[in-house]
Amino acid sequence: MTSAHPGDGLTVPVLALGRTLLVTLQGELHDRTAERLRQDVSHRIARSGALGVIIDISGVDIVDSYLGRVLAEIAANARLLAAHTVVVGMRPAVAVTLAELGLTLPGLTTARDVEQGMEWLARRLPAADGRGRGM
Amino acid sequence: MTAAPGSAVATCLPVGSDTDLTWVRQQIRQVAAGLGFGLVQLTKLVTAASELARNTLVYGGGGHVEITPLERGTIRGVRLSFVDSGPGIHDVELAMTDGYTSGDGLGLGLSGARRLVHEFELDTAPGRGTTVTVVVWTADLPAARPGE
Amino acid sequence: MKVSEQEAVASAARELGVFLERRKEQIARRWADAPLFRAVFTDSRDEAVEACKAVVDALSEVASAGSPEDIAAPGFDQVREQLGRMSGSRTRTGAGPAQIADEVAALRAPVVELLRAEATDASAPEVAERVLALTLLMGTLRLVVMRTALGSGQELIARQREELLEVATPVISLREGVVVVPLIGTLDSARSQVVMESLLESIADRGARYAVLDITGVSTVDSLVAQHLMKTVDAARLMGAECVVSGIRPAIAQTIVHLGIDLGSVVTRATLADALAYALARQGVDAAPDAGAP
Repeated sequence: MTSAHPGDGLTVPVLALGRTLLVTLQGELHDRTAERLRQDVSHRIARSGALGVIIDISGVDIVDSYLGRVLAEIAANARLLAAHTVVVGMRPAVAVTLAELGLTLPGLTTARDVEQGMEWLARRLPAADGRGRGM
Repeated sequence: MTAAPGSAVATCLPVGSDTDLTWVRQQIRQVAAGLGFGLVQLTKLVTAASELARNTLVYGGGGHVEITPLERGTIRGVRLSFVDSGPGIHDVELAMTDGYTSGDGLGLGLSGARRLVHEFELDTAPGRGTTVTVVVWTADLPAARPGE
Repeated sequence: MKVSEQEAVASAARELGVFLERRKEQIARRWADAPLFRAVFTDSRDEAVEACKAVVDALSEVASAGSPEDIAAPGFDQVREQLGRMSGSRTRTGAGPAQIADEVAALRAPVVELLRAEATDASAPEVAERVLALTLLMGTLRLVVMRTALGSGQELIARQREELLEVATPVISLREGVVVVPLIGTLDSARSQVVMESLLESIADRGARYAVLDITGVSTVDSLVAQHLMKTVDAARLMGAECVVSGIRPAIAQTIVHLGIDLGSVVTRATLADALAYALARQGVDAAPDAGAP
């Protein structure tokens, strides 16, 4: 993964892989950084015509309701621009905490890792009919 | 439930900006890791702290948090008090309801944080500010869990 | 006890304190060979002697303060942690509280011997008073040790309970991509918490896409446990895995309905075999690009 300043909470690298954007979140995220990311991703999709967005949160040790909302909004915005979003790599401790918090993010598609996320997108992209995973 | 503070000293951190939130999370993580918190309990604690600190910042107009390590028998814990002198909460019951929000979050701040901690206390009145005090222990004490 | 007697004990105790300080070296040497210190400090006799000296120092301080019966005497503070470690070590090697108490009691005799040997007239009343003060003091030491022993016993029980919880919750990886947790017996809140955490850990470790929670062997489910199951399913989904619950017995199904818990979003199957068939079929679906959802 390329990340100019891992964990400094100020930069989020967004990588284009074909028609998929790979966003890698790491360490502590400032609220401001998350907010800027939300706008960045929308612009990048609009500009590049990306059909898929993978947000890798395997390097994130805390997801609170604010970051949860930002993730859900990125997915919803992407949807309006005809792109699918998959959130991948959530750590077990984070998943337990979100379930306990009651923040189950029902609209969000999830996958174990970047590879499984890419597979999921590869299956859905040709059809691009907007169907979720049915969960 | 009472807890002897032992010889522990409280730490006080300001909650006045976005950057403070990050700092508060990091400090609480460090304190809890030092007390021997497991990864899941640690994640719950820091997440709850993040929710409450954001409430202090956004709704209370800023304030401070007090971090106090606790000891009870062989179990250790930490108490966090989030204090602001903002407008206070008018309808506590409503504020504690899932999904209720007066801001732009998901409305899980107070009610969600409550589910992540072992003890939860809300002290507020209109015009008098808000203090939220929570306690999390290193080991789960299911009987002591509030709200379930 | 009359005031004069109390004063006599206190003054005998103060003299005992002076004696303990003066003969620290000899007492420590003898104690180092006593069962308690021999059992704890198996490697190094020097270490045992040092530990003994610390205890003698503490006893000397408590005695000099004139209160040999005070279990909370500040003099004990400096050795409380050491005594806790010692009784913890004895507990782990299988000694019960009664045995530890006996071993502490056995420390008295060598000191009495030294005390008597030092006196010109071993039967003099002041010698008897010092022995009495020593007996009181050693009784107090025994209480201090027992208190710490009980504490470390509780710690041991807590640790064993935790280990038992983990042993009772096996996670089986059937083939790549599917993990199974068969649950047997009573599910309480602590155990369902462990189940949730170990299931999620194994999903992460093995990159599983499907997790089967089989509750065929579970006799009862209360609302708290049902909520835990729901949270497990939610958390697994957040990690990118689908959770299937199998083997819900009719009685448990009724309880769940009765409790008003909505399992609507959870995939359920009657048996473990059905659940596996579902997971494996879905694996196939996932591998084949054009297949639709069931």
